Amino acid sequence: MRQSSLNSTVTLPLADLPGPDVAVRRLRHPGRWVSGGIVLLLLAVVARAFAVGQIQWTVVGQFLTAEVIITGFGWTLLISACALVLGVALGFAFGIMRLSENPILRFAAWLYVWIFRGTPVLLQLLIWFNIALVFPRLYIPGLVDERMVDVVTPFVAAVLGLGVNEGSYLTEVVRGGIGSVDRGQKEAAHTLGMTPDQTMRRIVLPQTLRLILPVLGNSAIGMLKFSSLAATIAMGEMLNAAQRIYFINGAVIELLFVCAVWYLAGTTVLSIGQYYLERHFGRDGATASGERRWFKGWARRPAVEGEA
Amino acid sequence: MSLAVKAVGIRKSFGDHEVLKGLDLEVTHGEVLCILGPSGSGKSTFLRCINHLETPNGGYVWVDGAIMGYALTRGALQELPVKRLRAQQSQLGMVFQHFNLFAHRTVLGNVIEGPMVVRGLSRAKAEARAMELLEQVGMAGKAASYPSQLSGGQKQRVAIARALAMEPRVMLFDEPTSALDPELVGEVLEVMRALARGGTTMIVVTHEIGFAREVADRVVVMIDGEIREMGAPGDVLSNPSDPRVRSFLSRVLA
Repeated sequence: MRQSSLNSTVTLPLADLPGPDVAVRRLRHPGRWVSGGIVLLLLAVVARAFAVGQIQWTVVGQFLTAEVIITGFGWTLLISACALVLGVALGFAFGIMRLSENPILRFAAWLYVWIFRGTPVLLQLLIWFNIALVFPRLYIPGLVDERMVDVVTPFVAAVLGLGVNEGSYLTEVVRGGIGSVDRGQKEAAHTLGMTPDQTMRRIVLPQTLRLILPVLGNSAIGMLKFSSLAATIAMGEMLNAAQRIYFINGAVIELLFVCAVWYLAGTTVLSIGQYYLERHFGRDGATASGERRWFKGWARRPAVEGEA
Repeated sequence: MSLAVKAVGIRKSFGDHEVLKGLDLEVTHGEVLCILGPSGSGKSTFLRCINHLETPNGGYVWVDGAIMGYALTRGALQELPVKRLRAQQSQLGMVFQHFNLFAHRTVLGNVIEGPMVVRGLSRAKAEARAMELLEQVGMAGKAASYPSQLSGGQKQRVAIARALAMEPRVMLFDEPTSALDPELVGEVLEVMRALARGGTTMIVVTHEIGFAREVADRVVVMIDGEIREMGAPGDVLSNPSDPRVRSFLSRVLA
């Protein structure tokens, strides 16, 4: 009845109805062709601008495989990897503390997130690099007694700065992830007689890991890029190497492009890895796919309010 | 028959809401006890108090020679460390309404988890025993599947095998068929019937009046956090004395 009111002006008599094999003409989409054409045109304009702009593409090609750049990229990868490992470790440690029964542990984890998520990572890098001004000596009785400047090299400062900062984000991700694991999983483990520690390690954390894998993938990609901030604390990673070269030869934009090419290559490889990792771990459909998707969109905004 | 479970004065409140108002219950070895009652009557909470998934606010549960969660010292109940409580809990097999199979483990992995981690059995021994149990519940063919690949009835049968793997003294069932499609209820009840025939001590919270009538040695009807009727299923189900029990039964039997 509602339908007949929609096309009240047209009435199709039963006698005119076609047979079951009647041909179907699909709707045309001229708008798609137009918008596609406009975008292609804009791309062409941009490409032309770069082609005729004052960029010496031969210099880009020349430095793409320069030893200094490659070595710098090696450092970039090393810093990123170390910082990510540190960040994940801290994220799990503090994420578990966030859910502790002990209010003091909960508070400590909250404080960690508050400070390190609440200040710029560049600032944190500079503070780590200059930490010797506050603590001139690193002294642990019977273990270490060294001058802080000797301990906190640019590399150590970069790994600490990036890793500790990442850990503060991942703390919230892990907390949300643990909260998303169904309560019944824990109860089942308890009725089998598993201790809280066994339950966490064998039942809750493996499922949390699956849940937050997309976020960890994004962390890895982000870390590769954020490692460029270490250039400011005299760490000889790729961007720093590029800067040292263009201070001498003046080919600023060319060397920045060289870096861009390598960063893109790195993030592309990581994205592909992330895809396969997720597909591999997704095979048993361990957790509700809705939650999985929900997490994905929260790459660098892991403040998970109210567990799902 | 000797006593397997004795609950004494169990009280439980959530906030201001008193869910259990001082329940007493005794279950003997080899007995099958069904707990019936309208939803919200506290029967699931009572079951969860028996194995200390919920800590009672008052009263205690004695299981086979020990008080759950406490040791009696100098006339008072001393709370036990979590590890000792877990050891006690592992002697009560629990089957949940929503199965709660470990999602990241295969069917076999679910069944061997407790024996390996808690009892310290070798993988080979645990797997051999697990396959026997899976055979018993008709799930041996699915040993390598993940829970997400199973139907509800299959999941529940695996959950029963997982609980049995700990060789519990008592099996607790918390509405084991309530989350199942009607055509899958039968296969789970069939497994439970076989357990009952084998002499397993069982406490079953259920809405399956037919199952209670057929399998239970005794039936308990709970209403508003109290036990209102207790006795042989024939007496309780066909001739209840309490008017509220009568009205509940007339609704579910209709």
